[in-house]
Amino acid sequence: MIHNVWLIPAFPLAAFLINALFGRRWLKRWTGPLASLSIAASALVAIGVFLEVRSGAERTIVPLYTFISVGAFHANVAALVDPLSSAMLLVVTVISFLIHVYAIGYMAHDHGFWRFFSWFPLFVFAMLILVLGDNYLVMFVGWEGVGLCSYLLIGFWFERPEPAGAAKKAFVMNRIGDWGFMIGMITTFLVFGSMNFVDVFERVAKDPPAQGVLSLICLAFFLGATGKSAQLPLYSWLPDAMEGPTPVSALIHAATMVTAGVYLVARSTPLFAAAGPVLAGVGGVGALTAIFAATIALVQVDIKRVMAYSTVSQLGYMFLALGAGAPIAAMFHLITHAFFKALLFLGSGSVIHGIGGVQDMRRMGGLRSKMPLTYWTMVIAGGALAALPPLAGFWSKDEILGSAFKNGYPILWVVGVFTGGLTAFYVTRAIWLTFHGQPRDRQLFEHAHESPRVMTWPLLALAVGSALVGFIGFPPDNGFLHSFLRPALEAGAAQQAIPPEASNWLEFLAFAAISTAVGVGGILLGLSMYSRGRPDPAAVSRAAGPYYDVLVNKYYVDEIYDRRFVGVAKAFAGAAWAFDIHIIDGLVNRLGWAIKLAGGGLRRAQTGIVGNYALSVVAGLLLIMVVYGGYATGWLRR
Amino acid sequence: MTVPLGAFIAVSAVLFFLGAGGVLVRRNAVVILMCVELMLNASNLALVAFSRRAGQLGAGNPLDQRGSVFVVFVLVIAAAEVAVGLAIILAAYRNRPTVNVDELHEMKG
Repeated sequence: MIHNVWLIPAFPLAAFLINALFGRRWLKRWTGPLASLSIAASALVAIGVFLEVRSGAERTIVPLYTFISVGAFHANVAALVDPLSSAMLLVVTVISFLIHVYAIGYMAHDHGFWRFFSWFPLFVFAMLILVLGDNYLVMFVGWEGVGLCSYLLIGFWFERPEPAGAAKKAFVMNRIGDWGFMIGMITTFLVFGSMNFVDVFERVAKDPPAQGVLSLICLAFFLGATGKSAQLPLYSWLPDAMEGPTPVSALIHAATMVTAGVYLVARSTPLFAAAGPVLAGVGGVGALTAIFAATIALVQVDIKRVMAYSTVSQLGYMFLALGAGAPIAAMFHLITHAFFKALLFLGSGSVIHGIGGVQDMRRMGGLRSKMPLTYWTMVIAGGALAALPPLAGFWSKDEILGSAFKNGYPILWVVGVFTGGLTAFYVTRAIWLTFHGQPRDRQLFEHAHESPRVMTWPLLALAVGSALVGFIGFPPDNGFLHSFLRPALEAGAAQQAIPPEASNWLEFLAFAAISTAVGVGGILLGLSMYSRGRPDPAAVSRAAGPYYDVLVNKYYVDEIYDRRFVGVAKAFAGAAWAFDIHIIDGLVNRLGWAIKLAGGGLRRAQTGIVGNYALSVVAGLLLIMVVYGGYATGWLRR
Repeated sequence: MTVPLGAFIAVSAVLFFLGAGGVLVRRNAVVILMCVELMLNASNLALVAFSRRAGQLGAGNPLDQRGSVFVVFVLVIAAAEVAVGLAIILAAYRNRPTVNVDELHEMKG
């Protein structure tokens, strides 16, 4: 099975090609099922690969062909199959499959149906390439592909200006991160003479380069990761990405794209572990992003934006874990988050679909009776997000916080626990405003309906996952996932104190009790505020005054970016434009103008009178005769 | 008695410039065509004369008249040229009833 690993990206690619070529004219509605089937096929192969890796298959490199071979530089297109990538493959394909199925229902009435289902599998394809690549270059190809597809899909409804703008924003912000990735990649090659993960990590272990160089590489890669994974300071594209169709949001936020940065850092664990201070910085940025985004999520009124900031915040947790030297915990949270965040998005999408495209929670309310299935699945996902035991999020988040504390980062732990309380509060608020209380918009409420089966089945499947997937990390610190991933992430474990082999139940219970208490506190506060009005949300926001405004305006980050960076960039672009118009185009235009003038002069020679032409022929003949005769007689030779 | 080569060449040159002058000064397209024929035949005369001279000089076989072969080519081309030329004149005449080349100046740039 491992040697057929290339089938995993091949299926979505085939679906993309078929749908893009034949979708518009012939396949039409069949593009959706076709794309879903291709992802299902990938998922089956991924399961096979996963089982084989689990049964003890060693790290395998499956070469496909040579990509570039110049001098000492060789880059193969090859797949690296190890526990880390096989786990990622499984998550990506399974979640993507469910989202694809859901999208068949969600996008059913869209005239761009075939277009959607051409780009959707392409997105998955790019992500799979990113996950499978055995060197940074192939990973970069997938990295860029994911960026491109996010641009296409966020701007799917490009007729409206907001999605088009959001797509541009996502693309530009990602480009900044990609620049970091490229710097890291090139420096890696210069320092290690190779871009292959295996070679690079071996070299780092044997004779590490100077700390400064290593730090530069890691910082550059981390900049790339902040771009893709929406961390400070490059996070602001992700909330705007909500302009895309909801399945796209789910795909970006859960299975693909944003996990790429986490995966990159987890994959490069040996590098980061050797560059200690940078790793601590990663944790700091993660913690800062987690609390920063969670506070914004407190006051958002657009249901999808709440979820978007929640994603940013949860990704912050993952980076916190990576920085705290617990890559396994980060991957664990990535997996559980993929399930419950996909569910939260698809649930929000189901609500939006059911009430005809409204996303503002102030116009919802009381929808529980109309959409029971959506409601209950959302509650499970919300519980998982709020880290209620025994749902998925509880196990992974607790492990992150526990490792942060045990590895000597108590500040990260405090921030994480506090953010957990905020998380519990905002998810309670979102669910309450949407499903409970009195309907605030009668007309919307009357027309609300539960979504069709093709959409609710994925919800159910994801709900089961959100409830149970945490048990792959059970017992704590020593579960199946830990023993599975440990070989792949061992290099990081060697230097950073990775959790001990045996579960320490007492310790675990203490940490769990604290964070669960904070989480439950957040939930209770949310319930009391929004169900009984004690304290009244409006009064609270009035009392908070300017602080509330800052949150509603998302810390004015967009405005600051606009003024500081976008303005400067636009001024520069204007100068470049002027140069182009006046100097480059001016040169070309002047040249054309000169030729036109010359042509105008020569034009007079073309009289149209045969006699004139004949005269010039005879004159030419005479000239030749004179010159030839002159040479032949020596008169012209001398 | 043998006519010297110079006499042939002189006749040929006179004929050629008569033809060339005709092409330049006449306005009637048919006459211009006839003048072109005159020029072609002038060159034929020169070719034949030189060919004969080459045979006399004894560079190989005295019966070698390869130069004369060109005359045959020129005759064929002249026939083709007249056919095409007359066809053009006829076509032009159908469009506007004149064969005066000064009046046919639509190709003025």
